[in-house]
Amino acid sequence: MSGAGGIGDPAGLSGVNGASGVEPVIELTDVRKTYGMDGTAVHALRGVSLTVPAGDYVAIMGASGSGKSTLMNIVGCLDVPTSGRYLLDGIEVEHLADRQLALVRNRKIGFVFQSFNLLPRTTALDNVELPLVYAGVGTAERRRRARAALELVGLGDRMGHKPQELSGGQQQRVAVARALVTAPSLILADEPTGNLDSTSSADVMALFDRLHAAGRTIVLITHEHDIAEHAERAIRLMDGRIVSDERDGSRGRLSDHRTEHRNEHRTEHRSASQGSAS
Amino acid sequence: MRIREVFRFAVAGLRANKLRSALTTLGILIGVGAVILLVAVGKGSGAQVQANINKLGTNLLTVSRQAGGFGRGAARNTGTQSSVSALTLSDAQALLDPTNAPDVLSASPVVTASPTATFEGATHQIGQLVGTYPAYFTATNWELAEGAPISDDDVAQARKVIVIGQTVATDLFGTMDPIGQHLQINSVPYTVEGVLASKGSTGLNDADDFAVAPLTTMQNSLTGFGSLNQIVVEAKSSSATTAAQDEITSILTARHHLAATAPPDFRVLNQQSLLATSSSTTHTFTVLLGAVAAISLVVGGIGITNIMLVTVTERTREIGIRKALGAPRAAILGQFLIEAVLLSLIGGALGVIAGLVGSQFKVAGVKPVIVPASIALAFAVSALIGLFFGSFPANRAAKLHPIQALRHE
Repeated sequence: MSGAGGIGDPAGLSGVNGASGVEPVIELTDVRKTYGMDGTAVHALRGVSLTVPAGDYVAIMGASGSGKSTLMNIVGCLDVPTSGRYLLDGIEVEHLADRQLALVRNRKIGFVFQSFNLLPRTTALDNVELPLVYAGVGTAERRRRARAALELVGLGDRMGHKPQELSGGQQQRVAVARALVTAPSLILADEPTGNLDSTSSADVMALFDRLHAAGRTIVLITHEHDIAEHAERAIRLMDGRIVSDERDGSRGRLSDHRTEHRNEHRTEHRSASQGSAS
Repeated sequence: MRIREVFRFAVAGLRANKLRSALTTLGILIGVGAVILLVAVGKGSGAQVQANINKLGTNLLTVSRQAGGFGRGAARNTGTQSSVSALTLSDAQALLDPTNAPDVLSASPVVTASPTATFEGATHQIGQLVGTYPAYFTATNWELAEGAPISDDDVAQARKVIVIGQTVATDLFGTMDPIGQHLQINSVPYTVEGVLASKGSTGLNDADDFAVAPLTTMQNSLTGFGSLNQIVVEAKSSSATTAAQDEITSILTARHHLAATAPPDFRVLNQQSLLATSSSTTHTFTVLLGAVAAISLVVGGIGITNIMLVTVTERTREIGIRKALGAPRAAILGQFLIEAVLLSLIGGALGVIAGLVGSQFKVAGVKPVIVPASIALAFAVSALIGLFFGSFPANRAAKLHPIQALRHE
């Protein structure tokens, strides 16, 4: 309930907060997620603490089973943590009910999925308009913003096309347009290039780079190093824990420096999150 | 989030699978159409029976002899007079007593025969030749197509005149105008004074194979001056028939010297009570038809549930996408509920049209009579069916977890 009030805040919808990184967009504190009951419990996340400031460009990496999908679901407000604290743009989301979670997803998060997840038999323009429909934006305003978003991703001439009439790369760019049309605080991309050939992948990643340059906060979930290299920061998950968290510059030597950097970064971020939480 | 947008999504959902939507709609269409049409048929057959009874005269009471009294011969053992008193002309006159029978308008004594009539070589056995008084025509709702009915004068003078029905007229005279012609019955010539308007046939009986002559003439030449076959009584109004029936019963009971406990030796047939019986029968018939049709409507509703469940399963991924993009549960629920209600409403509307069109035709010889309430009811029920049968699948869609829905292949 406490979060619902803040969602309608137009300032929160402005999205482009600048790259200053003063206000954290994501603040996870000792987040745990357990599936199943006592005996057969699966601990998908075993205490993840993470702070993503506005304007950051983060890649979350990890093998399958590392908990990165669970983390993505929690960060994306598709799921709630079993314990721990999650502040998204200052909103406490871990106790929100279904309805409020839907609102938060709508206003704060732009999703890009591996399998595009566009509505079939629906034009690109209508697909991009969809989150605005659920946000209650009027028809004319909706159309204007959807057109602008499609033009931004370079599909101004494909607005009337349906997903099945577009290439994979184009579909993913429509999905990106849909993700950013609400001017969300966070763009969350789950393996955005997983289903794309290298050329299309490069196109889509160039798009993310541009969005980052424009000041958007982007979280990429991927297992490909070359994709992760686009990001300024790489977080590596293993067995439900963050094992490394590295800033720009050191990206190329991720594997070599993983152990050294791990403790340092974890301490740093934990203290940062505690600082803003209190 | 506007309802208009949810509505738009629902329409798009239906249009995405036109054939399936059309077939589901058809289920409701048939149900609603059947309710309207079958209720109309039930109502129509009721109206037909009623019309047939009305043709005979709604104020009509027929007094006839009843031999035995329920076959027990009770009357025979009680009295000294003849076991079954014949109906006589004086019985008929007694019924015209304004003090004892204030509700009786007219009483016409009737004798019947079924003689063979000839005209210039053509012969026809008249189904029923009735000898009676002029009041008979109004009491039994006979109207004349041409000519004149028999008059009091004809009866008084025992004139050999006859008024014939359409069947008799066609059989004997063909295309010739029968008025003024002389037909022969038992070598006695009768002048045709009038031709009756057709009443049509009721079932196997041809009501138009009929003729009327003055009572006195008939007694003179055909039946003799014995007892009457019937007394046809007209009550003053259709509401007075029961009172008239009681009056007739008491007058005749007294005249026939029957003990109060003895079963009567005559029978009074009340057209009104016949009407009431038949209308309750046709009511049952209508309800039965309506119930059968209602079952088909329910089956159509189950068709909606079925198709909506398939739709929800098929579109699980779409639901997941919508939820991830921030569609609240109510929006998903609304979308699928509106789809279901639209299916049933479109089906309902088309069903009303189908029912109305179908009612323009005769069904099994019955002209259906539309009951407006059945249209309103069937349409409203079809809308409710959409809500009721759509709520289960819609609720299932709304409850889907976004993650699982997105993973659904």
